[in-house]
Amino acid sequence: MIPELGHYALVLALAMGLIQSIAPVIGARRGDSALMALAISTALMQFGFVALSFVALTACYVASDFSVATVFENSHSQMPLIYKISSVWGNHEGSMLLWVLILSVFGTGVAVFGRNLPSTLKALVLAVQSWIACAFYLFILLTSNPFLRIANPPFEGRDLNPILQDPGLAIHPPLLYLGYVGFSMAFSFAIAALIEGRIDAAWARWVRPWTLAAWMFLTLGIAMGSYWAYYTLGWGGFWFWDPVENASLMPWLAGTALLHSAVVMEKRNALKVWTILLAILTFSLSLVGTFLVRSGVLTSVHAFANDPRRGIFILAVLVLFIGGGLTLFAWRAPVLKQGGLFAPVSREGALVFNNLFLTTACLTVLIGTLYPLALESLTSEKITVGGPFFNLTFGPLFIALIFAMPFGPLLAWKRGDLLGAAQRLMTAFGGGLVAVAAAYAIEGHGSVLAPFGVGLAFYVMLGALVDLAERIGLLGAPFATVLARAAGLPRSAWGTAVAHFGLAVTLLGIVCAGTWGTERIIAVKPSEVVSLSGYNLTYDGLAQRRGPNYSVIVANFTVRKGDTEIGTMEPSKRSFASRGMTTNEAALMIRGFGQLYLSLGDTKEDGTAAIRLYYKPMVLLIWIGAVIMMLGGALSLSDRRLRVGAPKPAAKAALQPAE
Amino acid sequence: MTRKQRRLVLIGSSLGVLAVAVALVLSAMRSSIVFFQSPTDVVEHRLAPGARIRIGGLVKPGSIARGDNLRIRFEVTDGKSDIPVQYQGIVPDLFREGQGVVAEGKLESGGMFVADTVLAKHDERYMPKEVVDALKKSGRWQEGATAGAAK
Repeated sequence: MIPELGHYALVLALAMGLIQSIAPVIGARRGDSALMALAISTALMQFGFVALSFVALTACYVASDFSVATVFENSHSQMPLIYKISSVWGNHEGSMLLWVLILSVFGTGVAVFGRNLPSTLKALVLAVQSWIACAFYLFILLTSNPFLRIANPPFEGRDLNPILQDPGLAIHPPLLYLGYVGFSMAFSFAIAALIEGRIDAAWARWVRPWTLAAWMFLTLGIAMGSYWAYYTLGWGGFWFWDPVENASLMPWLAGTALLHSAVVMEKRNALKVWTILLAILTFSLSLVGTFLVRSGVLTSVHAFANDPRRGIFILAVLVLFIGGGLTLFAWRAPVLKQGGLFAPVSREGALVFNNLFLTTACLTVLIGTLYPLALESLTSEKITVGGPFFNLTFGPLFIALIFAMPFGPLLAWKRGDLLGAAQRLMTAFGGGLVAVAAAYAIEGHGSVLAPFGVGLAFYVMLGALVDLAERIGLLGAPFATVLARAAGLPRSAWGTAVAHFGLAVTLLGIVCAGTWGTERIIAVKPSEVVSLSGYNLTYDGLAQRRGPNYSVIVANFTVRKGDTEIGTMEPSKRSFASRGMTTNEAALMIRGFGQLYLSLGDTKEDGTAAIRLYYKPMVLLIWIGAVIMMLGGALSLSDRRLRVGAPKPAAKAALQPAE
Repeated sequence: MTRKQRRLVLIGSSLGVLAVAVALVLSAMRSSIVFFQSPTDVVEHRLAPGARIRIGGLVKPGSIARGDNLRIRFEVTDGKSDIPVQYQGIVPDLFREGQGVVAEGKLESGGMFVADTVLAKHDERYMPKEVVDALKKSGRWQEGATAGAAK
């Protein structure tokens, strides 16, 4: 009964979606406000039905109703509740339902909070949102129905893939999808603007908060996924340039570019056409990311052959939205009016530089991700494109971008003073050079380039602080004035500085952990001592335990720094009988910003255990930096919220302090 | 500067960055891409030793020999040809005789493959697709015997 209810609710959502796809467009053409207003109620009802459908599916999982095929495939009655719930989106069908649920949440957001949007723009945006939604409803209902029943229900499910039975991965997909789907807002606004043939600074002001919110979620989602891979795959890597990861990185790069170009459009009314194009591209990459990861095409061209119907549908959706969006762009973009002028050296110019490098970096990732697929389908030659390729292509581009980053906020709008900015960055340069020297002195071994990486990170961090210090007049002005200025500084200026600072923190973590980490891979016997980077680990033996749906082998280690005992580490291996799989649970011990990392390999009857032991200095900074970036986004968003409600005319906006 | 000149600057610098990126991509393509070979490919093509490649196939039953310090030797077979592989480190949990395996490393002049990475299948139902293809090529793949293995 419940699965049928969920299925039926989804069909009703599709019906609402179809109405919302057509009626508002006609309304906007005719200037019929009743038809346009229809979009609001259908958006709310879509949300209601999709939410009902999602709740129904979740109920099936919680109740372990194995007569539903996807529940049988992906759940187990012994699993803890959190994983029963997370297995709803731990598979292709359920994840698609989550996708449309989030899409409908965003649609409701526009319907409810978009009171100040011009009614035609709002109607068109909601209609475009609904086109996307309908494509997904159809995709789910026709090829990936999560509610299908099995004729003879089995007694027990096949369990969720044990790799996914982890708190990190329980919330990773929703975060990622909030990011991907959030970019659909930018897409819908872009398409609506193209249809209307009109776009102005106010448009950018409506689009930016949505993009910013999506970007924040995506940043957090990627960081979460990276941390999960780090502690679960057992060898301490945090980024693998795996196609699945690249699929989430590309929308992030394009989305970051979009955020910055939207600033130019909002403040200076320039780069309109480019911003629209970026909005389309960002969402296109999100679509590619969603579909290709879940359909498995990225790991194997043959996945298409396994389920041709699904593959063809995916291709059709991609062609329709990406191809359609770009065609509309080519047709309508010339209609848009040219924006303000600016000199190459200016804030606008700096943001163009940012966009240029971000999109090019994104392109190299795209090539590295798709080239093996193309080569294989054309020549049946199989290749692996991994870290080395991206380090040589993405790396230099991104380093150039990071080097230029502190200049951006210091340049004035319209016409900037490069030399002046460089002079003001002298402190940051100096700090960077000191950091290089210090890094050489402390850690002379390892890569020659690494100390420069450290220097670059410090230079950017200091650059962000210099920018803030100058704005609030930290040096020279009386303390009270400084405080007043700090309070008066737009939150978005704080946001910029914080986010840039966060990126530098991540860079610092990557350089330090990647260069100066140490490792031991060794087989140990009970009471043997392993030493690494000043830590002595005594192996105390193995123990067996039982979890709810798995059994565990735990290796006990006592950790000493010198002679002082500082704790124990218990790496373990879980065996899931239902799938015949084991997962690795590495033991982590936080030391400052670094970590001791211990994972367990083969074990023998006599208690001998193969272990991997790593010391990763500064590794936590990688994810802390991402969280700081996200907080920067949040700061900037909190500023915007005040203005989103009532967009002011451009003349008044120009009087506000420049960001 | 006129609008036209500014646009030229913009387009020029875009093309410049793009050209740099293309150059980077092309040079990286030459130096840092790893080709996949089946054991038969390796034997038939007489690959130059020292090149970094990936090989894939099944771990030949009875070929695993473990030494000290986590050293391990085994043979990778696609049913037609075998390649001896040497590795030091922890092999994946599901590394077993008769199971699919992918190894990345270098071929030494004596024909020994020195691997620095060994990947095995993730679960009972999954087999690395390179392995499936290699087995198909040598005619040892039985459709249906491992249902859904190529997924």
